[in-house]
Amino acid sequence: MGKEDPKVSKPDNTAFTQQRLPAWQPILSAGIVLPLFVVIGLTFIGIGIGLFITSSNVQEIEGPVFMYYGLTNYYQNYRKYGISRDDDQLFGNIDSLKSPANFCSPYQMGAKQMPIAPCGAIANSLFNDTFRLFYKVNEVYTEVLLDDNGISWWTDYNVKFRNPPEINGSLKNAFEGTVKPLNWPKPVYELSTNPNNNGFINQDFLVWMRIAALPNFRKLYRRISEGNWSRSLPAGNYSLEITYNYPVLSFQGKKKVVFSTVTWMGGKNSFLGIAYLVFGSLSIVMALIMLIVYAKYQVQIDRDM
Amino acid sequence: MDCSLLRSLINRYCAGEENWVDSRTIYIGHREPPSGTDAYIPQRYPDNRIVSSKYTFWNFVPKNLFEQFRRIANFYFLIIFLVQLIIDTPTSPITSGLPLFFVITVTAVKQGYEDWLRHKADNAVNQCPVHIIQHGKVVRKQSRRLRVGDIVLVKEDETFPCDLIFLSSSREDGTCFVTTASLDGESSHKTYYAVQDTKAFHTEQEVDTINATIECEQPQSDLYKFVGRINIYQDRDEPIARPLGSENLLLRGATLKNTEHIFAVVIYTGMETKMALNYQSKSQKRSAVEKSMNTYLIVYLCILISKAVINTVMKYVWQSDPNRDEPFYNHKTDSERQRNMLLKVITDFLAFMVLFNYIIPVSMYVTVEMQKFLGSYFITWDDDMFDSELGEGALVNTSDLNEELGQIEYVFTDKTGTLTENNMEFIECCVDGHVYVADAICNGQILTGTVGMDMIDSSPGAGGKEREELFFRALCLCHTVQVKEEESVDGIKKGLQPCGKSSSVYISSSPDEVALVEGMKRLGFTYLRLKDNHMEILNRDDDIERFELMEVLSFDSVRRRMSVIVKSSTGEYYLFCKGADSSIFPRVIQGKVDQVRARVEHNAVEGLRTLCVAYKTLAQEEYESVCKQINTAKLALQDRDKKLAEAFDFIERDLILLGATAVEDRLQDKAADTIESLHKAGMKVWVLTGDKMETAAATCYACKLFHRNTEILELTTKRTEEQSLHDVLFDLSKTVLRHCGSLTRDTVSGLSHDVPDYGLIIDGATLSAVMKPTEESSSGNYKEIFLEICRNCSAVLCCRMAPLQKAQIVKMIKTSKEHPITLAIGDGANDVSMILEAHVGIGIMGKEGRQAARNSDYAIPKFKHLKKMLLVHGHYYYIRISELVQYFFYKNVCFIFPQFLYQFFCGFSQQPLYDTAYLTLYNISFTSLPILLYSLIEQHVNMDILKRDPSLYRDIAKNSLLRWRIFIYWTLLGVFDAVVFFFGAYFLFDNTTFTSNGQMFGNWTFGTLVFTVLVFTVTLKLALDTQYWTWINHFVIWGSLLFYVIFSLLWGGIIWPFLNYQRMYYVFMQMLSSGPAWLGIILLITISLIPDMLKKVICRQLWPTSAERIQNALKQSKRVNVSEFSPLSTVKTSKSKSSEHRNPQPTRSGRLSKKMMCTHWGGNDYCTFNSFFSFSESPHNSSASYSDRGSGLETSV
Repeated sequence: MGKEDPKVSKPDNTAFTQQRLPAWQPILSAGIVLPLFVVIGLTFIGIGIGLFITSSNVQEIEGPVFMYYGLTNYYQNYRKYGISRDDDQLFGNIDSLKSPANFCSPYQMGAKQMPIAPCGAIANSLFNDTFRLFYKVNEVYTEVLLDDNGISWWTDYNVKFRNPPEINGSLKNAFEGTVKPLNWPKPVYELSTNPNNNGFINQDFLVWMRIAALPNFRKLYRRISEGNWSRSLPAGNYSLEITYNYPVLSFQGKKKVVFSTVTWMGGKNSFLGIAYLVFGSLSIVMALIMLIVYAKYQVQIDRDM
Repeated sequence: MDCSLLRSLINRYCAGEENWVDSRTIYIGHREPPSGTDAYIPQRYPDNRIVSSKYTFWNFVPKNLFEQFRRIANFYFLIIFLVQLIIDTPTSPITSGLPLFFVITVTAVKQGYEDWLRHKADNAVNQCPVHIIQHGKVVRKQSRRLRVGDIVLVKEDETFPCDLIFLSSSREDGTCFVTTASLDGESSHKTYYAVQDTKAFHTEQEVDTINATIECEQPQSDLYKFVGRINIYQDRDEPIARPLGSENLLLRGATLKNTEHIFAVVIYTGMETKMALNYQSKSQKRSAVEKSMNTYLIVYLCILISKAVINTVMKYVWQSDPNRDEPFYNHKTDSERQRNMLLKVITDFLAFMVLFNYIIPVSMYVTVEMQKFLGSYFITWDDDMFDSELGEGALVNTSDLNEELGQIEYVFTDKTGTLTENNMEFIECCVDGHVYVADAICNGQILTGTVGMDMIDSSPGAGGKEREELFFRALCLCHTVQVKEEESVDGIKKGLQPCGKSSSVYISSSPDEVALVEGMKRLGFTYLRLKDNHMEILNRDDDIERFELMEVLSFDSVRRRMSVIVKSSTGEYYLFCKGADSSIFPRVIQGKVDQVRARVEHNAVEGLRTLCVAYKTLAQEEYESVCKQINTAKLALQDRDKKLAEAFDFIERDLILLGATAVEDRLQDKAADTIESLHKAGMKVWVLTGDKMETAAATCYACKLFHRNTEILELTTKRTEEQSLHDVLFDLSKTVLRHCGSLTRDTVSGLSHDVPDYGLIIDGATLSAVMKPTEESSSGNYKEIFLEICRNCSAVLCCRMAPLQKAQIVKMIKTSKEHPITLAIGDGANDVSMILEAHVGIGIMGKEGRQAARNSDYAIPKFKHLKKMLLVHGHYYYIRISELVQYFFYKNVCFIFPQFLYQFFCGFSQQPLYDTAYLTLYNISFTSLPILLYSLIEQHVNMDILKRDPSLYRDIAKNSLLRWRIFIYWTLLGVFDAVVFFFGAYFLFDNTTFTSNGQMFGNWTFGTLVFTVLVFTVTLKLALDTQYWTWINHFVIWGSLLFYVIFSLLWGGIIWPFLNYQRMYYVFMQMLSSGPAWLGIILLITISLIPDMLKKVICRQLWPTSAERIQNALKQSKRVNVSEFSPLSTVKTSKSKSSEHRNPQPTRSGRLSKKMMCTHWGGNDYCTFNSFFSFSESPHNSSASYSDRGSGLETSV
């Protein structure tokens, strides 16, 4: 750290070297913070009320309805589980299709050392219950059309996940030389009859592959956006037909199905509104406390001066 | 027989035999002595290569890596990195490997570059040609090929290639002039002397015929010590032995000046030269902040380990259910199943360690180092500490101690040259009680046109006249002053003034001597020169008197006197002795002791430096015995100094007192102001001086160390002669404790002015008695009592101190039970020991060479610069680095604690909350620059206010910003914020969507949300703490946030081809597209910041620090400025007048600083300026009483 050379000339005399740069010197004093708290408090209370009203307006019936399935006690965020996938393979990379990444192990190679496509624990544990919704009018059950479009992120569907290039116009040929995941009843290229919803870009598959942050989670299953139900589900009797495939009892999990509308702020979640309200009120209280302190001690400080 | 052979071998190789170890024998010109002399054992000497470089090309990588990983922090990060490489860990090795690699590489490049420069310098030196004499001819050789025993020829302006014994010179008198500027910084020319018996050999042929051996000690590092002996064989069997001293030794690194050429013989080469031996690095000093930082690190390490342990235990508790351990959706591989249980536990533990290791970031070390390194430039750049006379500003020799400057509790200062200018002025002399005053004589220069002298008592009798002239002659002869002829002076012509017939300057290592000789010149006796060993004096009648200089008994700080023995032209031998009164009076048997003593004491009280002069005549035989005694002592190879001292002691006795002199050493500019400020800042100032008590005390009064109302406690030999040391000590401590009691009573009224102020004076002898461990345990430990007394004295003066005692005192205070932080400041070689001993050593680039500056941690041109150094720079650095340290820990708690919490929600599977890029870059780029810049430019209070109101320094005393309380506050704040981030996001995500299209977010969005809140919160927290917003702060704070956003957009905007996962793809954008995410982020940031804001405001309101009071006052004064005619302003103005009254005398410097303030606040008119001033006055008063109260409590406990 030596600066041995004796400075023959005078050091540079700039505002920076002399530590005299012009500066704004705000002081966090009661006089400033007190109004600030009041402003924060009032704003937050305002926002909170708005949020709360919006959130409680989220009826499970009116508006375009979204259908979710929920799982509890399911650790999608388990580390080994979370890394057990091969994004290259899912990007349609042929090399990765034939030799999946080691992360996928033990769901890397299937029988006869054939590569699994899609490999890994996440894909293997794809949620495979199916639901059908019926509306009962006059003892007649009409099936409510469920739209599986746009339930996954646009970027996932269009960019991040790609099927391997089709061979001879057939997706099946593209997956030649791979085997289906162990738990799957059918291979990946038979997930849907719709070619735009098949293979790695199957929307249900995409939703499942975006692993949940917490052990109790919901995933979007379908949107009800077609036909008569696109505006709302009218009041009445509905029946839900569940094809029960997915085991949850072994890990004390529960399954649920949720119908919800969404507003600009998403589904029903009173947390944000309440938090804003509580915190806004707290700010006001704090401002009052500060006011008392300020009024009581300012005199004394003035006397000290 | 075999045994003896074996023994000799062992002796030879195991360095058993004393002669062999302690001395070396050198054959000049490799010429064997004629007769078989004593058993000569050839030694192996190193070649003359200087190796200052640490590495070679081959060993650079391993050695440098080894050295770097010896640092515990680097080693820790290496271990983490290796763990990541070896076991399957949640985060990629890159996250810790990259920063570590970066740090290691930068350091290695820096060190490599420095070493390359050293290599280059070494090569230049080692290959530079030197002239050596071989077979009577001059041969050129590379410097590195020089061998011990070679005779070299050095020409003018050449640097000596190694340590040499000076054989002969081109100058007739066998002297040469040398500057040692590169060794110790002294640019003055020093005279060295050739060996008497060889100085006649002038040509290379002659020199080649010298047949002699040199015996000398093995190399030692002291530059000024050398003992040796030369044996010269001249056709006879019996050699002539001559002593060799440091005056014959030419040191490597010094440069030959004003001498055409010299011949000299090589004695120490290469790494054995004194210069090389002196390169050994000083021991590293560590600052208090660094120590606290290391303690905190240990705390955090414990937190880290306990987090990992908790999570590991929880993991296995949680996994005891096999369905949780291995649910159907997440099977293990076979190898995982079969793994040993213990191994699994260890792996899990290590994985948790790795996951949480960011809590102790690599970047903290880098940032701290950078802060210190870059920050130290502000000291060197400081214009206020630039001395135009010297042409130099402050120097920073180590930047490790910047913040320690803000923690000083004890200041130990030298007097001469530090408090005083060391610019001596001859004031008067006193011969037998007659006082002579010389006017207007300055050091080294004589002002023309002044009256020579006044005689106060102008009636000396005939005998008196003789004595008077003897006195003047004594002063003209008894010195080691050199005369520089005008033409030979090239560097130092400052002192030269054409003054009648004299066109020469006096040069001496002691300014006193120059002042005395100059004074004599004014009084009519001019010392002309030393020629052929004869000193020439021009007396009043313009006659030249010649005295042969027989011996010089040179000055040393133990004897505190010097003598010369001269032979007058009439053949009489005189011994003239001058020295401190205490060292002369006991040796005087005749003379008007009482009158002289009275005068000396009078002068000492005036603050003048006094010297006494005495003489005695020696008969021929007396002289011869003396001469013999000295020579034997000089020839001794061992204990030479001791033997010399004995000889001198024997010779310098039975003297006749002639008189005394008085020389004034003026106080340095603003010394008093500086000392007062240091006092007000709560520092205890000790003056340690070798001077006598009266002189030193007078200086202390002059520089306001003692005030008129200071009660002086004396602990001197005078007192201990009357009473026993024991009683004196107990008396004093009783006095002090009474004072202590009264102080506590006064705390209510706060009238610190009425409390007597104590000052202690102690002298060296008493001090060593105090320090001596006492045998009888009953008398208690004097040291403790002494320390107790000192603690209650605001100022202490230690006089008559030997250099080593200075260091002892510093050490004693340093190791006393409060472990105060000490600072030593001095300018001379005698201060080096204390400078090295103290926590912070400051050197003054003074007149007595640059040794002190070289050995110091910081060097400043003048004592007054200490004020800014401590009050401004020290204060700033301390505030800055403490915030830096606390903030770093805080932001990493915020960073890692959510990750810890997340483990409870992911089955303790070491799932990282944040993406790898975020983990890596958080400390490196998202949050590093704002704090670094903050820690470089933050100023909580204006510089001028800090300087004007030293009591602000007490705010930060005792490492107050790094106390446990504050550290815990920061840590808890971090935990609180982390909890807010995590659970805020948790509830936001809880089982619902917060997008308008109903889609769900995954775990990476969760982590990114937390991370975004985190980055914004910690950056804004720093913004809240910033009180000095320059454009740089704005740039880095808002720039960092912007960088984070842009980086995240980019990181999530592209499918990165080199990554094997694309988990962050579009996560950030998706998050931003959601309204509730925005609202949530804003809410969480606000919640995290508000408590700290609240705490700050309430603390400022209820328990403001003095700095905050000043800030408030400033702000109000600005408000007053706006409404100028408000009644408030008039009240303040009148108040300020009253406070002005209370100040006894506004000092000159005080007025100056006010003026400066005025110009700085140039916008204000005078009236408001006045009112502003009153604000700063009053808090200072109140804070002073407050802190006095503090010390009162401290002492009563």
